[in-house]
Amino acid sequence: MKRVKAIIRPEKLEDVKAALEEKGYFAMTVYQVKGRGAQKGICLQYRGKQIKVDMIPKTEIEMVVGDEDVRPIIEIIRTSARTGKFGDGKIFVSPIELVAAIRNDDEIVSE
Amino acid sequence: MVLDTGDTAFIIICTAMVMLMTPGVGLFYGGMVRSKNIISMIAMAFIAFAIVSIQWVTIGYSLSFGTDISGFIGGLDYVGLAGVGLEGEGIPDMLFMAFQLVFAGITLAILTSGIAERVKLSSFIVLGLLWTTLVYDPLAHWAWGGGWAGELGALDFAGGTVVHISSGFGALALALVIGKRSGFGKYSMEAENITTTLLGGSLLWFGWFGFNAGSALAANGLAVNALVVTNVSAAAGAITWMAASWIKGKPSSLGLISGAVAGLVAITPASGFVSPMSAIVIGGFAGLLCYGALLFRVRRGLDESLDAWAVHGMGGLWGALATGIFASAAIGGVDGLIYGNTHQFLVQLIDASAAILYAFIMTFILAKLVDKVMGLRVTEEEEYVGLDISQHGESTTA
Repeated sequence: MKRVKAIIRPEKLEDVKAALEEKGYFAMTVYQVKGRGAQKGICLQYRGKQIKVDMIPKTEIEMVVGDEDVRPIIEIIRTSARTGKFGDGKIFVSPIELVAAIRNDDEIVSE
Repeated sequence: MVLDTGDTAFIIICTAMVMLMTPGVGLFYGGMVRSKNIISMIAMAFIAFAIVSIQWVTIGYSLSFGTDISGFIGGLDYVGLAGVGLEGEGIPDMLFMAFQLVFAGITLAILTSGIAERVKLSSFIVLGLLWTTLVYDPLAHWAWGGGWAGELGALDFAGGTVVHISSGFGALALALVIGKRSGFGKYSMEAENITTTLLGGSLLWFGWFGFNAGSALAANGLAVNALVVTNVSAAAGAITWMAASWIKGKPSSLGLISGAVAGLVAITPASGFVSPMSAIVIGGFAGLLCYGALLFRVRRGLDESLDAWAVHGMGGLWGALATGIFASAAIGGVDGLIYGNTHQFLVQLIDASAAILYAFIMTFILAKLVDKVMGLRVTEEEEYVGLDISQHGESTTA
């Protein structure tokens, strides 16, 4: 099992959610986050004065899915969240050891 | 006539109440934009009030209420408030000037609807000064300062054409010149903070008592009539808009407060001329009409962002016509269409049409001019980051 963590533009959340849902990927956790990428934030020029906007608001979507679902999900997010400009975001995939339900005693252990 | 202390006291309080409507508009609009632009939206209302305050005492009041020039604009006799004294008929001339000042201030604040979330602050200031001088002042002169509309017999008790048609259709023109917000129609741009909008709407409803009742310029029966019909019309508008949005989904609080504002707008020109029962019809229909105008605006993909056109423009148009329909001689001395006075209705139609054309065309020209000279819109990056940071260097979330 894998955790897919996608950091996207906040305004693209609705599109990404809809696209994922359409392919049956419903479960997710969403966070409002702030950060900067390789382009080091955005620099605004103001009458000779520079305003550096360092931490830009982003939205993070976190999903825990089977190994086979990782590639399709990456594709869906890329298609629905891409504008082609700097700041579109990143997707991180990492392994999950164990998923334990709280409602009952169900547990899934990763192979 | 000598000064009347009761009237003077009343109009001072009304002036203060109307002033509060301007930040009220800021809060009303601020709650409807995304959180990265809320400071910008509220600040623009304050800025509008500040710059109009100076413009009005230096030149605006004179252009509106100075000696008539060809029915179009006032002369320069009151420039710098020359000859505007502390004496007057009933209330001091200086107080009348101040009462009119707060009207001019809120009108510019309403106009910010069309450029929300994407305007350069510096350009807004320049445009605002030009707009107040070349659009608002002539319209105020036409209606109240001895201009052609007043001479023709057009009725506008508290500013249906002057305040609402001008800002509503002006906002539409601005939206067309500046263009849609980036992502409009693609991204969700729902109201960020309804609580703020409800607070702003409440201040509007409260301040509107001063706006309409104060327009009697005396603490008398006419002021009482204006206060009562204002409240009734707002209530009727709130109920019909809420009901209409209920049929389409849920009775949203945003719809409720928008409907109240629609009712308030529509009764504004009529408030010194109609009865409370007519006000129910005027406000109730305004709620439906303005909601319909909003849906039409959305269907057409027009980004007149915060619906000054749908609510103030169309509500103001309906109010101007409704004045000509429901006016009763028993209240304001003039009969309307339902009492057989077709002439009054035609006068209202001419007045409203002229105000629409003038406000729309002039605003369009001024916006194009400012856009050409200094650029009306922020850069794409500034728009993305939000105007709070890019224009003010402030943020509600940092």
